Amino acid sequence: MGNELIDFVIVSIALLGIGIYGLSVKRNAIRMLFSIEIIINAANLNLVAFARYIPNSGGQTLALFSIAIAAAEVAVGLSLIIVAYRMYQNIDIADFRSLKG
Amino acid sequence: MVDATFLALSVLTIGSAIAALELRSLIYGSIALMGTLGGIAGFFLLLDSPFVALFQIAVYVGSIAVLILFTVMLVKRELIFKKIEDPRRKLAGIGLMLILMVGLGSIIIDSGLRTVQTNEPPVDFRDIGKDFVTYYWPALVLMALILAGAVTGALVLARREDVADGQRTN
Repeated sequence: MGNELIDFVIVSIALLGIGIYGLSVKRNAIRMLFSIEIIINAANLNLVAFARYIPNSGGQTLALFSIAIAAAEVAVGLSLIIVAYRMYQNIDIADFRSLKG
Repeated sequence: MVDATFLALSVLTIGSAIAALELRSLIYGSIALMGTLGGIAGFFLLLDSPFVALFQIAVYVGSIAVLILFTVMLVKRELIFKKIEDPRRKLAGIGLMLILMVGLGSIIIDSGLRTVQTNEPPVDFRDIGKDFVTYYWPALVLMALILAGAVTGALVLARREDVADGQRTN
């Protein structure tokens, strides 16, 4: 195969950087969830890439578990966003300040 | 050297990741996120792991992206098209992203990963299935319980308590 391990790792680093940019700049709760998804996918790409070059089935198994747990996380996160939207009529996280001291 | 498929996939993945965060409309943003997730599935196919790729398509592109799309539809119309971000933080965020990419990238390129090669055959997906039901079965049961708990928790959270049962039917 023509591709090497380092190419996949570099794509994964680029996705991680974009995700961290989104988490730090955006204040829209749904966009922050997008960024978390992008970061989780970068991690999964790393897991599968390293598992291909070792080669071992453990990395792919861990990636499968990680995808399933990410699905649960998105379901809970989206319902939290819906509850917060119902309370504040907004999805700007700077407006969610009832827990602020 | 990388081949053309890899190049096209990385352009698709990284470009639609940027588009998902920067497009003005949240609906187009979530469709662009679908592109990112599909591109990652393509990378998994390039890495000879078709099982994980199909799982990614079924779970991420099939369910999570649709779930996000439906949540976006529940939000008010003017909020979908409004860009909510901190303008002061934008430059700092871009700087943080570039520092992170250059720093981590130079560390990775300088490390020994560049010379890693393999001639071994890829892992058969039957082995993964066997591992799931033999060695990893407690983790599989735990994951099923966590998923059931998460779905129940999401339903309980999103339930409206200010609406009586009679009103709900109307």
